[in-house]
Parts: sequence; structure tokens; C-alpha cells
Amino acid sequence: MRLVLSKRENSSRWMSLLSPLIAVALTIASGAVLFAAMGLDPAKALAIYFLSPISDTWALQELAVKATPLVLISVGLSLCYLSNNWNIGAEGQFVMGAIFGGGIAIATHGVANGPWVFPAMMLAGMIGGAALAMIPAMLKTRLSVNEILTSLMLVYIAELLLDWLVRGPWRDPKGFNFPQSVMFEAEAQTIRLTSDGRINIGTLIALVVVVLAAFLLSRMLKGFEIRLVGEAPRAARFAGFSQSRLTWTVFAISGALAGLAGIIEVGGTMGQLQPTISPGYGFTAIIVAFLGRLNPIGCLIAGVFLAITFIGGENAQIALRLPLDVTRVFQGLLLFFVLACDAFLIYRVRLVRSAPQERSA
Amino acid sequence: MTTATPLMLASGIVKRFGALVANDSVDLAIGPGEVHALLGENGAGKSTLVKILYGLLQPDAGTLAWEGRTISLKSPAEARRLGIGMVFQHFSLFEALTVAENVALALDGTEPVSAVADRLVSVSEAYGLPLDPRREVWRLSVGERQRIEIVRCLMQNPRLLILDEPTSVLTPQETEGLFATLARIKAEGCAILYISHKLEEVRRICDRATILRHGKVVATCDPRQESAASLAQMMVGSKVMPTRHEPVLSDQAPFLRVQDLSLRSPDPHGTHLSGIDLEVRPGEITGIAGVAGNGQDELFAALSGEILAARAEVIILAGQPVGHGDINTRRKLGAAFVPEERLGHAAAPRLSLSDNALLAGHATNGFVRSGLVDKPGTLGWVDRVVAAFDVRKGPRDPAASALSGGNLQKFVVGRDILRNPRLLIVSQPTWGVDAGAAALIRQALVDLARSGAAVLVISQDLDELFEIADRMAVIFHGRLSPAQPTAGLAREAVGLLMGGSGFGPGEARARDAA
Repeated sequence: MRLVLSKRENSSRWMSLLSPLIAVALTIASGAVLFAAMGLDPAKALAIYFLSPISDTWALQELAVKATPLVLISVGLSLCYLSNNWNIGAEGQFVMGAIFGGGIAIATHGVANGPWVFPAMMLAGMIGGAALAMIPAMLKTRLSVNEILTSLMLVYIAELLLDWLVRGPWRDPKGFNFPQSVMFEAEAQTIRLTSDGRINIGTLIALVVVVLAAFLLSRMLKGFEIRLVGEAPRAARFAGFSQSRLTWTVFAISGALAGLAGIIEVGGTMGQLQPTISPGYGFTAIIVAFLGRLNPIGCLIAGVFLAITFIGGENAQIALRLPLDVTRVFQGLLLFFVLACDAFLIYRVRLVRSAPQERSA
Repeated sequence: MTTATPLMLASGIVKRFGALVANDSVDLAIGPGEVHALLGENGAGKSTLVKILYGLLQPDAGTLAWEGRTISLKSPAEARRLGIGMVFQHFSLFEALTVAENVALALDGTEPVSAVADRLVSVSEAYGLPLDPRREVWRLSVGERQRIEIVRCLMQNPRLLILDEPTSVLTPQETEGLFATLARIKAEGCAILYISHKLEEVRRICDRATILRHGKVVATCDPRQESAASLAQMMVGSKVMPTRHEPVLSDQAPFLRVQDLSLRSPDPHGTHLSGIDLEVRPGEITGIAGVAGNGQDELFAALSGEILAARAEVIILAGQPVGHGDINTRRKLGAAFVPEERLGHAAAPRLSLSDNALLAGHATNGFVRSGLVDKPGTLGWVDRVVAAFDVRKGPRDPAASALSGGNLQKFVVGRDILRNPRLLIVSQPTWGVDAGAAALIRQALVDLARSGAAVLVISQDLDELFEIADRMAVIFHGRLSPAQPTAGLAREAVGLLMGGSGFGPGEARARDAA
């Protein structure tokens, strides 16, 4: 007896929209089982996890702050993945954006400056993220080095660089030897949208990016090029599109968006550089991109959902004394179910009984 | 033959792939020592049936009987144990290994390679299939590679040998050699199942024929009692219109001129082009014949601009040197291209037809304005191509992979013919396409040339080239013979060129010495 995966003749469009929802439902169901196994009331735990983050305006603002980097990064990653460029290093590009942008904030610290500072920081952040992303792009196009490995390993380089900077040259001299930079000046902080919460201009930028990316993919020749290179590289060459030039382009875009997310996060929630500035946004964004079906609008919805798990995890830590690792478990379960649902979408699983053995001739 | 127990009897074979019924209660009886033809168009279910006979596929219903005893074949190894050998259309050989090593790998025993080599030499000599056991496969021609596959089967003393479209990769002379070998195999009492859609061959060498259409057996007959036309009618189900074509020779200046084009193939096992000269004139169809793997892919890539030439002047298009221009530069000068592979090269399988219209036409058809795609425009173009070339499909804008081979080929040829190119370069225009679609495409190519366009057809189907080409050249080991008027050209002369005689030393020798 064996399991056989056979390709489906045609997969329906409805099922492909439904499958992420099924994955979410399965994740919540597994979560209930998990909580019950830990001796908690599943209904109460799930309510803290999934409902408390959307229960009041303050919580909703926090949700937007958490969802913003996920959406920004995952939209860029979607462009990469659609065109068969496997950028796994958005976490590093996020950190590099924070370093470049933060550098400007530290350099202008205590000097007379104006409203140009934060825009300049955003620009520097985009350049920093893009510059780091160009390294795997260059290695891939020039030397055929696998970009999965190079982009992933550069994450550690970026993180350790930040760690060294805030312990060494950029450490706040009046900071009681804590490994952190000076607090950014008001002009160097991300512009807030309300006075009673932390929602900032990054959320608006993310929404604009979603709309632009959706327009790019559905209406523009460049978007067609991205889809075609991923679908059929040889046909893309026949269409006259250069695969290596596109690799540079999508790595640059996704690096810039991750870098932008990095400086918005640092300028918006911390106001200074610290050794660790990300709870894994760059990696979680990979889940967001796939949960959103590599579609910018889908990334927006998926980004909000994943942000709920971040905040729900923090709330659960406080209210239920659960370790923060439960969040990771949830996110891992979600990616697992998304991929599993996709596998069922593409393949049909059959149990084949081995035929009765023939008498040997 | 009707009274004796058949060697292999398949009855009521049914095989479904999803909604498609590839074999629909097929019966087939192969007598001992007979040469049995399995005839049918592409997609008629021939390959499915032989894969079942060779144990590669299991039927959903129906039974197989070997010498009257019911059997179930779960793997090719079981089929080989019974004495069934198969030569595939696409060979399964390791290019980097020698002939003897390849054969030793396929034999299920533990015989040392040197012993296999000795046996290989004696078998290959006995059947007139000369082979050097120590040569690496990548140095061999397609015909020689086929010999390895046949010898490999013969070394297992088969009782039934299955050959899938064996002559599609051979020159006319190599085909004669193969027929002599088959006669010897038959004289030893081995039955042969011969799969083909070439009717003249079947009439020459086969004792019986089973004809498949849309997965069903439509007739079993003695092909020698039938005419090629009557066999074709049984195969296709209707009369096939011959192409209307009177060869003409144009005196206009060539629209495409290639001078001394040499190119290193990016593929390590590819064929390098050397010193190619070619002129394609408006109003004419120029054909390039040749056995597969002699540089056709590289020539198409060089002419289309998918690979750029070393110097711009080696390719002159509409009077302009374009050797350094990419494919869209050449399209804007009036050239159009149809590559050999439909799915994956000419079209992206999972994208819609309108996206696939955009694929080839974004630089020339006005589908794009300041970076924006004109969706209604591409969809309208699809409608026009579909109407003009009789493309059969379900919804208005389906994915390319949802179309049958013939309909997709009509679409990819049509999307470029319809923009009235001044030059059309097409590779294998009717490969794997049903007879009706093939006739429509050939006629469209002839009509395009007659309307004043220059047309270049690269094809391995010699019959096709004799049917539509006004001039013909032969490609061999990356070199091209001068084009000669087709009228008055003898098949034998082309066949000799396809086998390499008349090209003199050069690339061929360089390859051997490497």
C-alpha cells in the first residue's frame, strides 16, 4: 500500500483563494488543541490570542504598527518569489536599512536640523537595504551562486554589524554603558499620525506600496515580465526580457522595501538603535508573502493576520504566562498548513493498494 | 497468423488520465514473428498503449496475454524478463559514459563491462549495426545512439521488439540501414511492433497494421493492401487537403543575409555553428533540413537574437547589421519567430492566451503604451488569431496549456503571421501536430511567402520541406550547405547531405578529434 501524489488536471480559482483561509482555520484548531494540552481553557486562550489585538483603538494602532513592516517586506518578497528569485535575507536588509537610516539620525544628533531629516533617513534606509540585497543578486547573475544561501547568510552579517556598532562606535556616551545609541531627535523619529497611539506614517506608506505593486503586477509590462520570468524562463528570453537584469531589479526593490521597513520601525517604536531591533519581521514576511499568495493585496491581509499573532503572543505572555515561543509555534504551524493546503491544491492524494502479486513465471 | 496463438494479446485496454481517455477498449494482437504497425496521429494513444505493453503504465481495465497466458506487467524489468524490448523515441543514455558502459548499466546482470563489450561487438556485427563500445555517447550521432538502444535490446534476446517512431531521427540512408536490420531481426523469429505515422514506411515493412484514432482502434488491416491515402484517411478520419504549392524562385534581394556566422553553443553538449552562410529572399520559403541535434537550436537562437553574434555584420536584416541586436530589435525590423518548443519557449503554459500574445508582440503590436498593458487590445488580438487560424478552445482566454498541441501551434504561428511580418523564421512548424492543423499551418506559410514575405523553415521532416520549400539547405554538425532550388532536387542527394557527405573535413573531424 502506498500514497501517490498525482497532479490535478485543473485547480479551481476559488480553491486557491479558499486554501489560505483553510490554513488559518486549521492553525486555530491546532492552537486550541495545543492550549488544551497545556491545561488552559482553549476558548479563553484563543480569545486573548486572536481577539484582544483587535478589541480597541489603541490595540488596533499597535496592530498597524506591527503589520506595517510585514506588509512592506512581504510585497517586495512577492516580486522576488514570483520571478523565481529566492530572497530569504529580508531580515538582514531590514537591519541594514535601520543602520543606514539610523546613521543619519546619529550624525545629525544635537545639530540644528529641519524636517528633511526623516525623509533623508528613509532614503538612506532604502539604499542600505537595497545595497545588501544587491550582493546575492550580483553573486547569482555573475557567478551563479545560489541566492538562498547568500541572502540568508548576509542576515547574520547585518545583525552582527548592528551589534558591534551599538556596543562600539555608536554607543551613547551618556547611556550608562548600555549597548544602545543616543535617542533620536524629534525630527529623526517616524512621523506619528495620532497623538494617543503609535500608528505612524509607515502604515500609509505600506498602503501606497500595496496599491502600486498591485498596479505594477496587473497592468504594467514590467509586472508581466516578473510573472513571465518566474513561469517560463525560456519564454521570457523569447519575449526579449533579460533574466539577470530582472534579478537585479527585484532584489533592489525588495531590499529597499525591507530597509524602509527597518528605519520606519527603529524611528517609530524605539527611537534609537539597539542590538536587536526585529522580532523576526524579515522571516515572518516570508510566511506573509506565501499566505498572501504572492499578491500585494493578499500580503496586506496576511500581514494583518500575522501581526495579530505577534500581539496576541505578547498578550498571552502577560495574561496566561505563556512563553513568547508560542508565537513562533503558531507562525510555524501557519506556514506548514499554507504549504500543505497548496500541495493538496496542486496534487490529488490517492491510496494505492498494491496489486495482488502474480505467480512468478 | 490468425490461427496461431498471438505472442502478445491486449484486450479491452482502457487508460484514463483525468478526464482524458487515452485508450478506450483497445484490442491488439501481435503474432509471433510478425512486423505489426501501430498507426495513428499524435495524441491518438499510441504511446500510452506501448507504455502499457512495456510495463511502464498499468491499464485501468483490460488484460494482457503473453502466448495465451494472462499476465500483469508491473515494471519494464518484468517485461524484459518475458522478452519484450523497447527502443524509445527519446533515448535514455548517459552522454558522458561509453557505449559499453551504457549497455552494461541496462543489463540486469553483473556481467563485467569488458565481457559486455565483447558481446556487444558480436551482436552489433551480426545485425549490421556497427558500434565502437569504447566511444563516449556524446560523440555519437543520433543514428548511432539509436543503434545502441537497439543493440541493447537485442542483447537480451527479445521475442518482441517495440520501436517508437524510429525513423523520425534518421536520414533516408540511415532509414534503409534500419530496415535491413529489422528484416534480419524478423528472420530470426522476433516480432516487431512498429509505431509510426509515416505511411510509406509502414506499407513497405509491416505485415499488419492497427490504426488508432482518439484512443480507439478504428481498423486492423494489411497495409500492403491499402494505399497511403486510404491509410491516412483511416488515421485522420477525413480527407486531408494537400498543400497548394507551386515552387517559385524569387529574384528579389535577400531580406535576411547571414555571412560567416560562427557561434559556440552555451550548452556543453550542444553543437557549435561554424561559417554559416544563408540568404532568405522575399516571396520564397527556404527550408533547412537536417537530423535533430545538428545545430538547429543554436541557429534559431542566433537568428532570433536569443544568443547574440560576435560581430554585428554577420546577420543583416532589412539591410541593417543586427548581430548585436536583441530579439525585439529584430522584431521591430519586421522579423517574426516561432520556436520549436510550444510550451515553455513559444508560450508560457500557465499564462493566458492574451498574456501569450503580449509575450511575442509587446515590442511591435502596440500592446504597451508608456509601460501600461492594453488588456482589451491583447484580448482582441487573441480573438483575431483564433478566428483566422481556427484555434479551438473553451473559454475566451484560457491558459496556453489548456489547448491541444495542434491548436496551440496554430495560435503561436498565427499570432506572428497575422502581423504580416517581412520575415518569418519557424522551427519544426508542425511537430507533434494533428494532420488537419499541420495542413492549415503549411498552407499559411506558403500563403505568407506568396504575399511577399521571406520565410525560413527549419524542419527535421523532409517530406514537409519537399512539400512547401522553394529552396533547401541542409545543416550538419553546425555547418550549412548552400541552398538549392527544391524543384529537381533528389531526396537521395538531401539524404546524403543530412548524413554529412559533401561537407568535407572540418567541424565533423574536429568533433571526432576532441
